[in-house]
Amino acid sequence: MFEIISNLIAAFFTLAIFSFLYKDNPMYRLAEQLLVGISVGYGIPLTWQNAFIPFVYQPIFIQHKWYLIIPCLFGLMYVVRFSRSLSWLARYPIAIGMGMTGAGVVLSMNAGVLVQMRSAMQPIDNINMLLIFIGTVTVLLYFYFSKAHTGFYGKITKVGVWFMMIGFGASFGNTVMARISLLIGRIQFLVYDVIMGFIK
Amino acid sequence: MKKQIPLLIVIVLSFLFALWAVIPHKVSEDFFQGYLVFARAMSPFGVILGLMSITMVNVTKIKRKAPTWQYSYVTLISLYLTAAIGFIWGTSEGSPYIWIFKNIQMPMSATMFSLLAFYISTAAYKAFRARSAEATVLLVAAIIVMLGQVPYGVMISPKIPAFAQWILDVPNLASKRGFGLGVGLAMTAVSLKIMLGIERSYLGGGD
Repeated sequence: MFEIISNLIAAFFTLAIFSFLYKDNPMYRLAEQLLVGISVGYGIPLTWQNAFIPFVYQPIFIQHKWYLIIPCLFGLMYVVRFSRSLSWLARYPIAIGMGMTGAGVVLSMNAGVLVQMRSAMQPIDNINMLLIFIGTVTVLLYFYFSKAHTGFYGKITKVGVWFMMIGFGASFGNTVMARISLLIGRIQFLVYDVIMGFIK
Repeated sequence: MKKQIPLLIVIVLSFLFALWAVIPHKVSEDFFQGYLVFARAMSPFGVILGLMSITMVNVTKIKRKAPTWQYSYVTLISLYLTAAIGFIWGTSEGSPYIWIFKNIQMPMSATMFSLLAFYISTAAYKAFRARSAEATVLLVAAIIVMLGQVPYGVMISPKIPAFAQWILDVPNLASKRGFGLGVGLAMTAVSLKIMLGIERSYLGGGD
């Protein structure tokens, strides 16, 4: 019985969201706002349990690492963001977080550029490798805006556009399939879990 | 004082982190671990900021009787009720907190994402109507990739799944690699600008 009620509640909210396909309506808005509220509310006990207890409460109050009160004070500076006279204090925790970007200079150059270039510099021993090489170079040339995309250069960048369109198409196809599989999951839930469960 | 010291913190920390990334030494590793302890202790307080922000936005909406202000009650009540249930009855399997997640949050978020299947189809139709060669290439590639993942694709031609895989492995890889290199260079440039104090928008406006 409890399972049937649970499924009926889930089915009600599923249909409330699907009702948007007809037009915007109060049931959809109710479900939408409920989803926002529950999603945020769901994160609070998890943050308490997985971040506050192990990284703040236990080190300070159980292990007596009193120096960790300093980062807590910096963390509290986030909260004064809404005060007109004290909002500048929120820059301190933001600055501490932004400090990590220094590592980004080296790490993004390595992971984003050098590793990609190493993967691209393979022996061109078949047609696929040649196509990958041409595609990579022409796509990069398309994003070089210091030279006008006209004449022979324009034709090369046009090849890059075609490669990009195939890439966008592949991403689009994968996205559609992911959404369709979610849709199938919801329809299966409504048919097998709710309607069939109710009949049984 | 209000902007210079945070900027100085960013510049000094950035240089230290750049050194950490290239010097695999015990001192630099200790520095990184120390920073992690510091940042982890600071992070839960960011949630308070988010909570205050969503509460203030909705309370202001209710106070001003803005359009659809009644729904702000739903947001606030569901937010604090879910959090309270999590704190009172715990977050373990079988608790009301998990029941809410499984029977309300999860079905609603899955349905919300599945709605995109319909809107994405409309977008595809509009792209096809554009009738340009590039739009057609995009759509043909998308259709082949989609057919390659369903049994109908094999029914039409047994070669479709292999062709779909080839699209993913060759032209798709080439374009993604081109983007990857561009994004990598852009990230390096932005990180460098922040490190040198040229990019300061994260400090916000005002004094």
